[in-house]
Amino acid sequence: MMDFGPLWLSAQLASVTTAILILLGAPLAWWLSQTRSRMQPVVQAIVAMPIVLPPTVLGFYLLIVLGPNGAIGSWWVKLTGDTLTFSFTGLVIASCIYSLPFAVQPMQNAFESLSKKNLEAAWTLGASKLDAFFSVAVPLSVRGFISAIVLAFAHTLGEFGVVLMVGGNIPGETRVVSIAIYDHVETLNYAAAHQLSLALIAFAFVTLFSMFLINRRWQSR
Amino acid sequence: MSTVELNHSIQKGDFHLQVDTEIPATGVTGVFGESGSGKTTLLRCIAGLERSEDGFSQPVHQRRIGYVFQEPQLFAHLSVRKNIEFGMRRNPDATDQTDEVAGLLEVSHLLDRSTNDLSGGEAQRVSIARVLCQSPRLILMDEPLSALDERRRNEVLPYLDRLHAEWSVPIIYVSHNIDEICRLSDHLIVLDKGRVVAEGDLQTMLARIDLPQLGGRNAGAVLNVTQSRYDSEFDLTLFGFSGGEIWVPGQHHASSTRLRIRASDISLSRTPAESSTILNILPATIEATEPETSSAELVRLSLGDDCLVARITRRSLRRLELKVGDKVYAQIKSVTVRR
Repeated sequence: MMDFGPLWLSAQLASVTTAILILLGAPLAWWLSQTRSRMQPVVQAIVAMPIVLPPTVLGFYLLIVLGPNGAIGSWWVKLTGDTLTFSFTGLVIASCIYSLPFAVQPMQNAFESLSKKNLEAAWTLGASKLDAFFSVAVPLSVRGFISAIVLAFAHTLGEFGVVLMVGGNIPGETRVVSIAIYDHVETLNYAAAHQLSLALIAFAFVTLFSMFLINRRWQSR
Repeated sequence: MSTVELNHSIQKGDFHLQVDTEIPATGVTGVFGESGSGKTTLLRCIAGLERSEDGFSQPVHQRRIGYVFQEPQLFAHLSVRKNIEFGMRRNPDATDQTDEVAGLLEVSHLLDRSTNDLSGGEAQRVSIARVLCQSPRLILMDEPLSALDERRRNEVLPYLDRLHAEWSVPIIYVSHNIDEICRLSDHLIVLDKGRVVAEGDLQTMLARIDLPQLGGRNAGAVLNVTQSRYDSEFDLTLFGFSGGEIWVPGQHHASSTRLRIRASDISLSRTPAESSTILNILPATIEATEPETSSAELVRLSLGDDCLVARITRRSLRRLELKVGDKVYAQIKSVTVRR
C-alpha cells in the first residue's frame, strides 16, 4: 500500500504556497514591471536570489530567523505559543521565499509585455489604475499567471534542502514527499521510494504538458 | 461662444511645451505641426497622461476626455461589443448609445467578433466608437489615420466626416497632414517647438501667407461652397461661393462642402485667358504678397469675402509688376473636394 501522507502534505504545501505567492507576487511583479524607481534592480536581485543560492544556505538562515530565538520565530512564539521551525506554517513561509522568483518572474514578464498605451486607453476610458489592472492587465496576462502557478506549485513540490533544514521530518506536519523519498532510500526501502518518485515524475510530466498545451491553444487563438 | 481652456506647461528633457490658449467648445480644432512640435505631448497633457505643471491634477480616469490613439488600442481579451461598452460602463452619467454609435461608424456587424478579426480601418472605427460611447466631454484624436495605409485610411475618413457633422462633442484633432486638417477641422492651432505660433478659424488661418509652417507644400486655402448644379453631359459639378463659381469634376451629393485649393495649383494672369484649357478662371484682387523662398512668392487673393493663396515665381511677380490692389485672374488647375 502506497503511503499517501507525504504526497497529500506536499500537495497541501504547494497549494497554499502557490496561492500566497500569486496574491502577494502579482502586486510585486506589477510594481517591478512598472516602476522607474532606482530600487527596482535591487528588489529584482533579491527576488531572484533563491534561484542562485543553494537551498541549504536559504534553509540555514531561515532556520535562524524562524527559530524560537530568531526575529520572526520569537515573535511567533509570543503570538501563538508554537515554534515556526519544524511546523507546517514555517514550511509555508520557507517555501514562499524559496519559490518566490518562480511565481514573480513569469507574471512580471507578462506585465512587461503589455502595451503601455493599452493601459492608458483603459485609464482615459474611465478605469482607475486598480480597475485597469484587474480588467485589462490581469486578463491579458493570463499566460503569465498560468506559468507562475505551475512553476511555483511544481517548484514547491520538488523542494528538499530548505524543507530538511527548516521542517525536518515530522510525519503529517513536515514530512513532504521529497523528504519521504530520501528517507525510504536511506532505509533501503526502494519499493516505497519508487512509488513516490514515479508519482512525482508522472505529476511533473502531466502538469508541464498541460501548461504547454494551454499556452499553445492560447497562441493559436 | 463657449470655449475650452488649454493651459499646459511641461518640461521633458530639453523640450519645453508651453500652451495657454482657448479653443471653441464645438466642432473640430486641428492641431498642426511637424513631428517634434509637441502635438502629442499637448494631447497627453490634456488627457492627464503627462503630469503638466498646470496645478490641475485630476486623475486621468475622472476627466472624461476620450482619447483616440494612432493604433486602435483595443483590448484583445474582450469582444468588439465589450470594448465599445468599456468606457460606458465606467461612466455613471453615460446613456447607452451603443446602437446609435455603432450605426454611425458602421461597426454593428462587427459587435460579436473578436478584435483580432478586424482590419486596421475597422479596428480604428471600433476604437472611435468606444470613445464616443463613454460620453466624453472632449475627444482627443492623435493622428488616428497615420498608422493606416491609403486604402485603410479611406475606411475611416468618411466616418470622421460624419462624426464631425453629426456629433456635438468638441474634438481636438492632431495631425502633421495638412489635407486631413483641411478636411476635418473648423479651427486651427499651429504648434512649433512646443508653442502656439498661430491660431484661428481654419479658413482665415489657411489664407495667411506669413506662417512658414503653412508654407511649402502645405500652402493653399479652403473655400466653403454650396452646390449650384450638376452638368451631366461633362460630369462636372458647379459650386458657388462669395467670389464666384468653381467647376469640380464628378458628381457630388453634398449641398455644401469644402474645397481645398493648393497654392501651387493657382497661376495668375493680367488678362483673362480666352483660349485656355483651364476650367476655372476667376477675377481676384491681390491683397498681400510675401516672399517664400529665394525664387517663390506667396500671393493672397481676395475673391468676394473669400481668400485664395497662389504661389508664383518672384520673376513673374517682377515681370507682371504685380502689386497689392491689382486686379488679376486666378487660373485654378486643380481642386480637392472634402467629400
